Amino acid sequence: MIEVRDLLVRYGERTVARVPELDVRAGECVAIVGESGSGKTTTLLSLLRLTEGAHVSGTVRLFGVDVLRAPERRLRELRGARVALVMQSPQAALSPTTRLGVLMRRALRLHGVANASAVTEEALRGVMLDPAILRRYPHEISGGQAQRFAIALAVALGAEAILADEPTSALDVTVQAEVVGVLRRLREERGLALLLVSHDLALVSTIADRVLVMKDGEVVEAGPAAEVLARPSHPYTRELLEALP
Amino acid sequence: MRDRLGLFGAALITVIVLAAVLAPWLAPYPADAPDPANNLLPPGAEHWFGTDYAGRDVLTRVLYGGRTSLVIVVAVLTVSATAGVILGVVAGYAGGWLRDVIMRVTDVFLAFPALLLSLALAVVLQPSVTTVIVAIAVTWWPWYARLAASVAASIATRPYVDAARCLGVPAPLIVVRHVLPNSLTPVLVQVSLDAGGVILTAAALSYLGLGAQEPTAEWGLMVQQSQSLFTTNWWVVTFPGLAIMLTAFAFNLLGEGLRDALDPRRVVK
Amino acid sequence: MPRYVARRLGQALLVVAGVVVLTFAIMRMVPGDPAVAFAGPKATPAQLAEARERFGLDDPLWVQLWNYVRDLATGDWGTSLRTRQAVLDDLYVAFPASLELVGTALVIAVVAGIPVGVLAARHKRRLPDLGVRATSVLAVSVPVFWLALAVQTVFAGRLDWFPVAGEYDLTLDTTSPLTLWTNITIVDALITGNWPIFTSTLEHLVLPALVVAAYPTGVVAQLTRAALIEESGQDHARLERSLGFGETAILTRFALRPALNPVLSLIALVFAYAIVNGFLVEAVFNWPGLGRYAVQAISYRDTPAIAGVTLLVAMVYVLANLLVDLLQRVVDPRVRLR
Repeated sequence: MIEVRDLLVRYGERTVARVPELDVRAGECVAIVGESGSGKTTTLLSLLRLTEGAHVSGTVRLFGVDVLRAPERRLRELRGARVALVMQSPQAALSPTTRLGVLMRRALRLHGVANASAVTEEALRGVMLDPAILRRYPHEISGGQAQRFAIALAVALGAEAILADEPTSALDVTVQAEVVGVLRRLREERGLALLLVSHDLALVSTIADRVLVMKDGEVVEAGPAAEVLARPSHPYTRELLEALP
Repeated sequence: MRDRLGLFGAALITVIVLAAVLAPWLAPYPADAPDPANNLLPPGAEHWFGTDYAGRDVLTRVLYGGRTSLVIVVAVLTVSATAGVILGVVAGYAGGWLRDVIMRVTDVFLAFPALLLSLALAVVLQPSVTTVIVAIAVTWWPWYARLAASVAASIATRPYVDAARCLGVPAPLIVVRHVLPNSLTPVLVQVSLDAGGVILTAAALSYLGLGAQEPTAEWGLMVQQSQSLFTTNWWVVTFPGLAIMLTAFAFNLLGEGLRDALDPRRVVK
Repeated sequence: MPRYVARRLGQALLVVAGVVVLTFAIMRMVPGDPAVAFAGPKATPAQLAEARERFGLDDPLWVQLWNYVRDLATGDWGTSLRTRQAVLDDLYVAFPASLELVGTALVIAVVAGIPVGVLAARHKRRLPDLGVRATSVLAVSVPVFWLALAVQTVFAGRLDWFPVAGEYDLTLDTTSPLTLWTNITIVDALITGNWPIFTSTLEHLVLPALVVAAYPTGVVAQLTRAALIEESGQDHARLERSLGFGETAILTRFALRPALNPVLSLIALVFAYAIVNGFLVEAVFNWPGLGRYAVQAISYRDTPAIAGVTLLVAMVYVLANLLVDLLQRVVDPRVRLR
């Protein structure tokens, strides 16, 4: 469903990310691991063509759509409806003056989802949120709630893949587990494809099937999660592992 | 300054300043030589902008009017920025009751729309160019005081200033070394943004008869004196008005360009 | 919230007190003897003494200030040297007319300025944006008295599309007299169903209101553009993009409301500026508001009248700022937290 070949993202002369190959199939979870500034977030955003001012080349196919060459309108049908993004800072990612319910309603109407209120209710239940949250503003909810709401948006819209950018790093440890739990369950129950960007190897080891390790914009190691984490071949991966508590 | 509009403003300012400075050499006629026999001539080869009710060359008077306007702008901004920055830096750096007093006084001045306070002041003073300068400067300094105070307050808490204070560097020296230079950029941006407003306020005061008096060439005054002739002799009102607009336009473009390029918010942070 | 309101009110009162003192100071700066100004140049010494007595000019300054404050508080804002009427009565008639003009102009500014700002933000750094920016800077750079003269000459004089001056056709006062409720002609005409005066006022309003609107429209458009561009660079805009919303939808449905906050607070500033800018326009279009009153007072050196106008407008300005500060908390839920 996600298929990346020879992706190259540059800002001016500077190469920020180079990914030769990346595939995520339904029900699979792939993690991109690396320190901040290693180009993982840029990679993620370029998959939806959301990198502003960057020059992106190569091929990205999402559900058969050639993302880098498709017209904007075609992409907009894809975004949200089939591939959703979950961002790092949960509250900043929600418009401060829009009630959550309004955002949900607008998004569902945009993609022509029928039976909006039933769909919304079910999606909220799926992420363990009370429907009362729909009347709240982003600053009135917790970070964990905001993150689960972002996931609920994706579920309600019927997304088949979620791109998550450090979905837990801004959260407390207990809340982190909640969010990871939700993601894992969605993947098992709905066969959701998950592309996760994280610097948190502990998180990655509990959920990812395969891992890409990035450093300074380059993929230094890739393979099944168990293998990479157990027998890292690149010194940088070893470094990351050793940094674990 | 990559901004094309800002560059255009800068170029326009250069032309206007040059035209005003070189007016005595550029102007085709003497600034004040009434020639009643040739009054109200339409624009033509002899008089590009025509002549006014007294037969004076409008182009010449527009050029000389630029001198009056620039003198006013420079004087107002120098006086108000200097006074405002001094008070603001004192308030921001010293803090405490001194800051409260200064800031409350600026609040009071800022409670008047600038043009209104200038107008009230200009009414009680004798109409002249100096009056215009005083009246506008009095209403303009609080903006600089407020700006400088916020910059100074933020700089006063920086580690290197703290360090200097701990080392026993006297306050005036800290202000001169660290606080003033850091306030300069935002103040300069503000000055360039305000120049257009000063031009417009000065023109308005003169238009109301509170500023420059005959035979001084001043754009607002020129409009006032000929306004009844607008229908019959369009050029006597049109050209001075265009001059005001273009000058204010150029200053505003330049100010915005500078602001975007230097972004005072970044400095204030 | 109540504590904030109380503190903000206290602040406003302090400023008003300062405004009164400053106005008093300016009025005492008048060169020459106010008694002479009142009694006339040919007054006898006895008349002069009487005038001095009447204005309390021989009292110490602080007594004069105290008397001034007391008079203001009891509704005695002095007597106009020109109209020989109580200044407050003159203002009571003139202010509604100014409100009518400036209010209409601000409605135009908001209705025109915000969409124009959205358009510019939507096409950031492309031709429409450049055009909007250049035009709005031009709008704030044009001398308003000159624009008023030009518009009047062309659209009322040459083309004869609109009336040249005045608030409405005064002959209508005999054929369909207006019942006053608010003193704002167009509102009174509307609520009493006085259509002849209503349409006549509307016709008379068009040109001066457009001229007064030039400056606020430019400011509103520029600020809307800047606020929208800032807002559309925020994280939440990225999420909205990732949900499939287009740029126009993001600007108008998500970014506009938070962006309106700075625009709103600007309206208070612009409101006061527009009233004073309107003075010059009123003078040109002979609009019976504060501006015409002030301009006539200027040529007469009518200081009590000028002081009255100054005080009134400054107070309105303080009030407008206060209202906006409080309103902002309604528009932007984030501000309530602070």
